[in-house]
Amino acid sequence: MSGEKLAQRSYYGKALAKLAETHPNVVVFDADLAGSTKTSSFQKAAPERFVQAGIAEANMIGVAAGMAASGKVAFASTFGVFASGRCWEQIRMAVAYPKLNVKIVATHCGLSVGPDGATHQALEDIAVMRVLPNMTVVVPCDAHEAYAATLALADYDGPAYMRMGRSEFPVIKEEGCTFQIGKADVIREGTDVSVIACGQMVQTSLEAAEILASEGISAEIVNMATIKPLDTEAILTTARKTGAVVTAEEHSIIGGLGSAVAECLAENEPVPMGRVGTKDTFGESGEAEELLEKYGLTAADIVAKVKETISRKR
Amino acid sequence: MSEKMPALNVDELQNIANKMRLDVIEMTTAAGSGHPGGSLSAADAMAALYFRVMNIDPADPYKEDRDRFVLSKGHAAPILYAALAERGYFPVEELKTLRKIGTRLQGHPAYHDVPGVEVTTGSLGQGLSMACGMALAGKIDGKDYRVYCLLGDGELQEGQNWEAAMFAHAYSLSNLTALVDRNRLQISGNTEEVMALDPLPEKFRSFGWNVVIIDGHNIRQIIEACDKASRSKKNPTVIIMNTVKGKGVSFMENNVGFHGKSCNPEEYAKAVEELKAVIR
Repeated sequence: MSGEKLAQRSYYGKALAKLAETHPNVVVFDADLAGSTKTSSFQKAAPERFVQAGIAEANMIGVAAGMAASGKVAFASTFGVFASGRCWEQIRMAVAYPKLNVKIVATHCGLSVGPDGATHQALEDIAVMRVLPNMTVVVPCDAHEAYAATLALADYDGPAYMRMGRSEFPVIKEEGCTFQIGKADVIREGTDVSVIACGQMVQTSLEAAEILASEGISAEIVNMATIKPLDTEAILTTARKTGAVVTAEEHSIIGGLGSAVAECLAENEPVPMGRVGTKDTFGESGEAEELLEKYGLTAADIVAKVKETISRKR
Repeated sequence: MSEKMPALNVDELQNIANKMRLDVIEMTTAAGSGHPGGSLSAADAMAALYFRVMNIDPADPYKEDRDRFVLSKGHAAPILYAALAERGYFPVEELKTLRKIGTRLQGHPAYHDVPGVEVTTGSLGQGLSMACGMALAGKIDGKDYRVYCLLGDGELQEGQNWEAAMFAHAYSLSNLTALVDRNRLQISGNTEEVMALDPLPEKFRSFGWNVVIIDGHNIRQIIEACDKASRSKKNPTVIIMNTVKGKGVSFMENNVGFHGKSCNPEEYAKAVEELKAVIR
């Protein structure tokens, strides 16, 4: 736990450059945002396998599907709002239904996109990707995990969506860590409440755990880096241990991690539960820190939600 | 030229096209639903592609150097299934399972469920993008296979086609041939009244494509146009095939009512009678 601040997308770019060397069947698609999504590092390493699709996301997904049907492993990147929304139906028919090897890797997800405002802040992408049959949904917690997850996805046979943020934020994992699709990991052990988080909110949850500890509340922090397939075993194990669950995500509380965990708990182990996320609202312009505070995504918000949730324990 | 298959002459291909038309009537009637009109208009092109033009092998449906076919107008699945069955990819008897529970022959074609189906289509306007991906993969890998994409004319109203058209030219996909089934009818009526497509050839030319305009029911013209497309060194080619929706069954011809409706028993008997009269 170095606390060093790194951007996930930079490490996605590094992983793609690595794949350029190790995986001759990998092709990478860009929709005129290579500098931002960091696919530019693959472009540099393997220009003959880099496909500039222009500002035409629907076609990009279709071409990627055709490539995958011809034996390629296609990574297609753009901002989360476009990657998950602009071409959702293309992903549904051309990628998810035929189980093709297309990895949709979205950057600039969540409120922390900042000043670009609501049009560019994906807060619904986990929900709309998770609902698709055959789709795997991955949300790494930091830059090192993003690197490892990229490599893992290259070797995974099937469609996937990976979500990353824009900004630099503290790393939790060690450089060179491994990533197993579908496996959650306990980042901090605790006994009073489980905070199940994804993405940048894992770090925020760890900060909340420190505050809670100072008040005598022991929080277990679970990094749910794969939203689908969901690690239900990990959820049930931690829920049975602590008896209360709070989820934290930089995404709407509707349809995302919170919903996925709620579905699992309601059917298997009903315990008091609370969700931290955006509350059925769009974002707006502002600096990342300002937005996270205004929309209730800070460590203090997690602390408050934990206290409210454990008060409902029997 | 197809593997393990003597070159068929135009009359033989025409006969196969008409057999495929009969298959379409049989299977959509058995299903009680489906899209006969746009299947019949494409029958001659499908016979030419599957029995003459494309390098394919039913015994090895996914061999690496095969030519690829994408049915962008996925609702014409019956004519694709008829072509695949008549060509030997699966038994002709299976055609009668079309659209029934548990069948491989889904209402719209599903990837790898059926040998010879290369991608999933049905939501209009997406096939040309997929065909571009296959063609670009071939270029990257230094393979000389060709990709054929059959488009409906109505579906050209979907903007994604024009994204793909731009892409195909930008990447010099000379190994891509698109065929437009220009039957001028879509569900709501005449394409030019619903959302005008003309001047269609000029649209494709301005996107940098070679354009060949033919009679889509003249098999010789279809073969010659495909040959011409395969000689292109730089640009993709579109063959605009002027066709008649429902071609081959008198009461279905130019009748938009049969876009998405199968025959009742009387219509079925008449259609079968007409088609059997021209099949040897």
